Amino acid sequence: MAEKKHKTAKGAIEWDYSPALESTSHVQLKDRYDLFIGGKFVKPSSGLYFDTINPANEEKLAEVGHGNAADIDKAVKAARKAYNEVWSIMPAKERAKYIFRIARIMQERAREFAVVETLDAGKTIREARDIDIPLACNHLFYYAGWADKLEYAFPNRSVRSLGVVGQIIPWNFPLLMAAWKIGPALATGNTIVLKPAESTPLTALLLAEVIKESGLPEGVVNIVTGFGDAGAALVNHPDVNKIAFTGSTNVGKLIQQAVAGTKKKVTLELGGKSANIIFQDAAIDQAVEGIVNGIFFNQGHVCCAGSRLFLQEPVYEEVLRKLKDRIQTLIVGNPLDKNTDVGAINSKEQLDTIHKYLKIGKKEGAEMYQPECPLPAKGYYCPPTLFTNVAQSSIIAQEEIFGPVLTIQTFRTVDEVIQKANNSPYGLAAGIWTEKGSQIFNVSSRLRAGVIWANTYNKFDPTSPFGGYKESGFGREGGIHGLAPYVKLEAL
Amino acid sequence: MKLKKEKSKLVFPDLSSIPCIDKVGVEERVARFQTRSIKDASKEQALRMVLNMIDLTTLEGKDTPQKVKQMCYKAMHLHDAHPGLPSVAAVCVYPSMVAVAKKEVQDSGVKVASVSTAFPSGQAPLSIKLEDTKFAIDEGADEIDMVISRGKFLSGEYQYVFDEIAAIKEVCGKVRLKVILETGELITLDNVRKASEIAMYAGADFIKTSTGKIQPAATMQVTYTMLCAIKDYYHKTGIMIGMKPAGGISTAKLSIHNLVMVKEVLGSAWLTNEYFRFGASSLANDVLMQVLKTETGIYQSADYFSID
Repeated sequence: MAEKKHKTAKGAIEWDYSPALESTSHVQLKDRYDLFIGGKFVKPSSGLYFDTINPANEEKLAEVGHGNAADIDKAVKAARKAYNEVWSIMPAKERAKYIFRIARIMQERAREFAVVETLDAGKTIREARDIDIPLACNHLFYYAGWADKLEYAFPNRSVRSLGVVGQIIPWNFPLLMAAWKIGPALATGNTIVLKPAESTPLTALLLAEVIKESGLPEGVVNIVTGFGDAGAALVNHPDVNKIAFTGSTNVGKLIQQAVAGTKKKVTLELGGKSANIIFQDAAIDQAVEGIVNGIFFNQGHVCCAGSRLFLQEPVYEEVLRKLKDRIQTLIVGNPLDKNTDVGAINSKEQLDTIHKYLKIGKKEGAEMYQPECPLPAKGYYCPPTLFTNVAQSSIIAQEEIFGPVLTIQTFRTVDEVIQKANNSPYGLAAGIWTEKGSQIFNVSSRLRAGVIWANTYNKFDPTSPFGGYKESGFGREGGIHGLAPYVKLEAL
Repeated sequence: MKLKKEKSKLVFPDLSSIPCIDKVGVEERVARFQTRSIKDASKEQALRMVLNMIDLTTLEGKDTPQKVKQMCYKAMHLHDAHPGLPSVAAVCVYPSMVAVAKKEVQDSGVKVASVSTAFPSGQAPLSIKLEDTKFAIDEGADEIDMVISRGKFLSGEYQYVFDEIAAIKEVCGKVRLKVILETGELITLDNVRKASEIAMYAGADFIKTSTGKIQPAATMQVTYTMLCAIKDYYHKTGIMIGMKPAGGISTAKLSIHNLVMVKEVLGSAWLTNEYFRFGASSLANDVLMQVLKTETGIYQSADYFSID
């Protein structure tokens, strides 16, 4: 039934969903946003601003301050002052109150955050509303709870904060990544200079408004928007004690080089090419859903996306047929429509990268499949894409594409698939689909990946640590483990 | 749509090859259908489809000819104050009420469905079930809603269940056979899937969730599992089997979620009362209220809609 269209039975008519756009009337974006330094919105020292656009229709949303090294220096100084004079000496339970307050205000403004995230990042309103924003709030609530309990997190140690931390966050989950970073840093008593990604700065700037409203002491969190040069200035600033970075492996390597020989601590959460493994005894229909959630969630802009699918040969045909059928029902289009399943690609640049890989895949002899789906005329879109006839040595099976593109390989035995899954410079996540409990334990203990899901994929929770093996980075975010990178432990 | 094949040679399904069901995954999938936002024209269209898919049902010990007559009138005249509404698909009654119902609906287009096979428990010998079915058909039933022997199923006598359905189908001939699995008694989704396979291979034209006498009845998880079975069966045989969730669907919203599920699992071809029905006694009025709301903008009191 996969490829052929049904002829309509007697009386049956095509039934399509009418547009169901999320209202944007409650969102008032400013024309221009300044940098948030020392508790105030200040103009960038260069006087320059850059546009942030809506990738769904290429329209300009607002202008954002173009921060540079001088602004970063100002922000680090403000953070140091706040650290020395207020934050490092404040009782932990008082720190917690501020984090709780920020989380609560964010929750109250959740609808606004969701719409702005969708406008700025191109992600579907469904995901922004149901995943990004609630999860971001939950991370802050969770770490607020830890602030005055650090001695229980690290028993028999004295726990001290580090000082000023520089945090550089990516464009795929803009607010969520900001929350992942500031939650544990504030709970452990550090002050922050945060640099959002240049293509998605708006929710971080809304967060700055929330922080201001919360009454958090000036300079504890500073947000400097800008490009790579601002990020580099933050990494190289001599008065920064720790760098936390989430982003590409290439930039991660540069950061690692830059901090070598300094006293800076660093954690890196980088790319991935995660294996999603379907054994023949899996619950096939649910595994198909898992494949879809694994790779098409957030347009595939997910570092832990299940981008390499491994199918055991006896179920290859069946899974592939069902997967093709399933992706035909995915609705690709305006991210603000509540029924959209796959939204816009985050930027022109990223769309070009994805197209580059589609070309490489076809050149490598892989077979490309895309469902028939109309795409909006304006904006950056890529339909869900499958590649079959892919080899372990194919470039598209080795390099991170960071888009809605899935490579499909087959395997025969358990040992073979473990070898193939591990045969990657990355090791962020993996999925295992089988009805056999023992198989789950066997395979998950032999996969070298930081996060392993069994019979599900892309599930996140503030209490659960997240991070990679190998070139997917080091350090863990989330859970009790997420506190460790922000503290200095000493003997009692 | 391929023409239905003659099912002269019924083959017992290979139960070892059917996929297992992960309940958590099913719940997650079903939740996604419920986040679909159905508005404006698509909502109006959906509400009318729902009305036209209802098997208006009365299955009570206290049913009388007068009660059945009133229900039949409602089936054909849902809300005459608002012209242009479709009628329901069928009325569903006990065998003893078939003649009464048939006389009322005549050739209005509304079908008469009769439960049979010692509904709802099915605890009777095959000979009585066959007799029960024959009687309903002789009285004029257009469709038969039979129950499977859940006791036999749960004790692993799948062949018995299969043979029984096949025997009833033989009596039915061209009369449409809906096979009630009574999923509330099968408990697991794996069992639901297995029973669906047995019913389809034994000659069911429709598979149906419940009698309405047992809770839980037509949950979306169960209906989803059965829709997946129908899809796989269609892939293997080219035969379109119909689906009837029955029991517990009493709001327009829930019925639309079901349509979303049918559309996204099976496709629009199933969105007709030839292949999809709701077994319900109180759904129609909630849908009518929504229809009038979408068309007039006013949400009217329940007192403006006849209860049967």
